[in-house]
Amino acid sequence: MTVLPETERIPPRTTRYVRDERSPNAFLVHRSAFVDDDVLDRERTAIFERCWIYVGHESEIPNPNDFVARAVAGRPVLFCRDGDGRVRVWFNACTHRGAEVCRERRGNHRRFRCFYHSWSFATDGRLVSMPDEDAYPEGFDKAAHNLRGPARVEAYRGFVFCNLRAGAEPLEEYLAGATYYLDLTADQSAAGMAVTPGSHEYSIKANWKLLAENSSDGYHAIPVHKTYLDVQRSRGDQIAGNTSSDWKRSHAYDLGNGHTVTVKEAPWGRPIARWKPSMGEATRPVVEASYQRLVETHGAERAAEIANLDFNMLIFPNLVINNIMAVIIRTFYPLRPGLLHVNAWSLAPAEETPEARRVRNESFLSFLGPAGLATPDDNEALESCHRGYASDPGAGWSDVSRGMDKPDPPNYDELQMRTFWRRWDDLVEGEA
Amino acid sequence: MNITRPEVEDFLYHEADLLDDWRLEEWRDLFTEDARYYVPATDNPGGDPDLDLALISDTKEGIRGRVQRLMSTYAHIENPRSLTRRVIGNVRVRTEPGADGMPEAVATCAAIVYRSRVAGTTTYAARLTYRLRPDGDGFRIVEKKTVLDHETLRDSGGVLSIII
Repeated sequence: MTVLPETERIPPRTTRYVRDERSPNAFLVHRSAFVDDDVLDRERTAIFERCWIYVGHESEIPNPNDFVARAVAGRPVLFCRDGDGRVRVWFNACTHRGAEVCRERRGNHRRFRCFYHSWSFATDGRLVSMPDEDAYPEGFDKAAHNLRGPARVEAYRGFVFCNLRAGAEPLEEYLAGATYYLDLTADQSAAGMAVTPGSHEYSIKANWKLLAENSSDGYHAIPVHKTYLDVQRSRGDQIAGNTSSDWKRSHAYDLGNGHTVTVKEAPWGRPIARWKPSMGEATRPVVEASYQRLVETHGAERAAEIANLDFNMLIFPNLVINNIMAVIIRTFYPLRPGLLHVNAWSLAPAEETPEARRVRNESFLSFLGPAGLATPDDNEALESCHRGYASDPGAGWSDVSRGMDKPDPPNYDELQMRTFWRRWDDLVEGEA
Repeated sequence: MNITRPEVEDFLYHEADLLDDWRLEEWRDLFTEDARYYVPATDNPGGDPDLDLALISDTKEGIRGRVQRLMSTYAHIENPRSLTRRVIGNVRVRTEPGADGMPEAVATCAAIVYRSRVAGTTTYAARLTYRLRPDGDGFRIVEKKTVLDHETLRDSGGVLSIII
């Protein structure tokens, strides 16, 4: 699709952190970007307080007054529906003295009541009551003490995001080309996609941008995930163990605003409709029935795209939606330059049969998650990079130049990472 | 016929040694062909491991794959391998008829696992529930369920790359 290579269509730059150079072509990232405290301070304001940040999926709170408590961009929030069913996001802090108004992980309540002094808030944020209200002085404005929250909350196809800036562009405009791939994901189900109960909450002692790179890095898959590929091969799958044969129809795209996607047909099975021997002969009719359902809903051509296109998408800055051997939603946030927290979920068709769900979960866990056969080795790679940075502090540059002179680089080149870094540099250096 | 606690304790201590010694093929062979090994997600300890997202939900085929992987030098997070030492306690046993009507042991116990690697030393605490089928002088594992006593994995090594 892209006619010209990046080297001809993107102007070069040399900043503190990014060298995107020509003659000779080079793309380098300074390793201080991963380790310096002042870089993280700058990222908090220039990136996380500026961009649309993923909160959760509407299916997690199906009913009025349902809530989930979680940290979003490091801030404890309540992701909930109010009594009228409208999706809301509140900072989980009492407007009185700041204690959390809810200390449960999830549930359904008409009121959030702070345990410290019993101030009570409705799920639409209104301060409803507090003990001995008469003692507050003349002119005390209850409405000024409603729960606070991000200025904007918007959703696209069930994916809910928030933004701290009242003047932010609409979510759909921010998502730009990412909407096509969110649609491909949402269209796996006629009844609606739903987050499966049970989430993966883990941590990595490494910089958050290493996970942004890693989540769509096709180049690392063969060396890092050899044990996963070997196990799948021993169960009968055709896996060559080299990048150019195992990734078919592979491309990488800049989706705008720093979002990127890599697409390919990968060697693994897909529970939504690409059966492989490793899934077990008995599961074949289950997977074929899922595919048939897609054909009936969408027609053969769209069904084939929904069923077969593997993609790894990064929605800038910290949301990964990988539609691979299952659909994973993964978001992450830095607590320190060298520590990030990860939350990950499985997204599945709500109408999936128990048998199809079992196939999906097995496919998901064969690779993904902190006890999967692949993800823990990614963590080790990221932590190893971070340990390695200490060997030559202030001096090292990481090379991200693979494929920069190709018009149509595959997923095992690095267009997706350069796209992330150019946007990151624009924001951190204040040019956007 | 009742299965006694000392019989089960001997078996659980044997399993603990196999895991701490990284004799994982022998550990794998403790499981029956119809066995399951589950670790529910930390935020959903009572969830259905088939329908919900767990951390581990292995059939015997899954256990084979997990062991094949962990014994490889390409299981990067376990190369070099974690040093582990586990303490098993609070064992309780009751006898129940199995699917074939023969007696099986349902055993519960607590496990504390110290795991040390380059990145640091961390601890896992868990409640383990087993269904054990008598076999010769010992048992085979029909089901093993490990419920972690952790809100998240964040303070306990980040991930769960060893077997508990």
